[in-house]
Amino acid sequence: MSENDQLEANDGQQFDRLPETAADREVEGRATREAVLDWWDERFGVDPSVFENHSFWEKGAGKVWVFAGDLPDPTRDVEAAGITFLRTRQEHWKPTTDAAQRFGRHATKNTIVLDDAEAKRFVAGDDQDLEWDGDWGYVVPVHDVAGRQEPLGVGLYVYDELKSMVPKGRQRDV
Amino acid sequence: MEPFERYRDVVDDYDAFLAACERGLPMAVRVNTLRATPDEVVAAFEAEGVDVERVDWHPHVLVPDTDSPGSTWPTYHGWAHGQEEVSAIPATVLDPQPGERVWDACAAPGSKTTQLSAMMNDEGTVVANDNNLGRLSALRFNTERLGVTNTVVTNQDARNFSLKPFQDEDEDDEDVAFDRVLVDAPCSCEGTIRKNPDALDNWNLGHVEQVASVQKGILRRAVQVTKPGGTIVYSTCTFAPEENEAVLDHVLAEEPVEVVDYDLPLEHVDGLTEFESDSYDPQVTNAKRVYPHHNDTGGFFTAKLEVTAE
Ligand SMILES: C[S@@+](CC[C@H](N)C(=O)[O-])C[C@H]1O[C@@H](n2cnc3c(N)ncnc32)[C@H](O)[C@@H]1O
Repeated sequence: MSENDQLEANDGQQFDRLPETAADREVEGRATREAVLDWWDERFGVDPSVFENHSFWEKGAGKVWVFAGDLPDPTRDVEAAGITFLRTRQEHWKPTTDAAQRFGRHATKNTIVLDDAEAKRFVAGDDQDLEWDGDWGYVVPVHDVAGRQEPLGVGLYVYDELKSMVPKGRQRDV
Repeated sequence: MEPFERYRDVVDDYDAFLAACERGLPMAVRVNTLRATPDEVVAAFEAEGVDVERVDWHPHVLVPDTDSPGSTWPTYHGWAHGQEEVSAIPATVLDPQPGERVWDACAAPGSKTTQLSAMMNDEGTVVANDNNLGRLSALRFNTERLGVTNTVVTNQDARNFSLKPFQDEDEDDEDVAFDRVLVDAPCSCEGTIRKNPDALDNWNLGHVEQVASVQKGILRRAVQVTKPGGTIVYSTCTFAPEENEAVLDHVLAEEPVEVVDYDLPLEHVDGLTEFESDSYDPQVTNAKRVYPHHNDTGGFFTAKLEVTAE
């Protein structure tokens, strides 16, 4: 509490670059770059060096964006900077489908290999019963496309069920 | 097709031109090279039983034999993006390099924005602007799906585009000027007739003149925000000289810029120096007109410009 007394409130209208570490934090509750890199590393085994050329920004409470270009900090009057990446400011952080597709190839754990029929069900937005003995939580289902293990998006695996988190607008009948 | 009567004397083979305009156009896709190679995309389509043709002038443009490329794996995974063949011309001519600062002045729905970013290997900055917020949401959908992370999206009238959002306190406009700019202008869309058979339904000369004045304003602003020595591409999907050569002629007279030659490995003709009672600066012959009967595509106009020192 006392630490937060000096911190500013989040301004949902502008893009603010995430601070490197908690010691650099100026806005209450804001995720840090260090924590974001740790999270991808711990949950999916994505090496932090994958994000070497990217910066992370918050706009809208908890919405973290990944950006490869150049902008002043803070930035006002722009609609987007890069793509939406991770939902923070909640107990379980959640990656976006687009982030999972963009960076999921680097995942080395908590990926689930689906066959063609399972993959189709997943992108149609359907939940499915599935045996898998990994960690419950957010997962990146992958399937074979032209010889690549390609990430399909984000799933939530709990109670022997794989829930599809593919947003309505991205769901397809392949 | 009545509005096309005025082109009877300028199109090389008018009957072939009209006949081509009557035909439909096969769907094309562009390979998102940030994610897959053309060979991988072809293999992925073929695995789904879809044959693919390659076009000979551009290694990233493919024509899959399906009516719904949207519900295939290559599209779901952002390996491919539905984009008309001629629509791949302007970014190719602009030739942006990794690390550069690029402005896409009329960007929505982002087919060319995402092509520019891919050519830059997702490095540097592409400012994708459009004055239509609804169309910008389509652009955002495309950058996200294709995993393009070097774009900044702005919602401004390109005619008086402000560089303020990109400046630190101690910077001015020159510090954030662009290396390259694409002006893929709003236009009367005559060249899309094969895709949209009703493209000419509301055609009238008043509208052409009106949109031409917007085009002039946007292209002038493009010159003003580009570094000396920088490159601009001006493109439309229309035939009307008022929206093409006349716009170049106007901007040549008003701003420090030249229209330069470039290679286009597609059949085309040079920009017109005369139309009806008007004549244009001879530099406009460096611009290129692609007619539908030339390569069995849509119609397109593309000019490459270089900003000179003032
Ligand atoms: C030919 S379309 C652009 C297509 C886009 N470059 C692509 O490849 O997906 C022209 C765009 O210009 C936009 N536009 C029209 N007037 C404008 C203005 N004054 N400033 C900025 N954009 C404008 C329209 O909303 C439209 O999206």
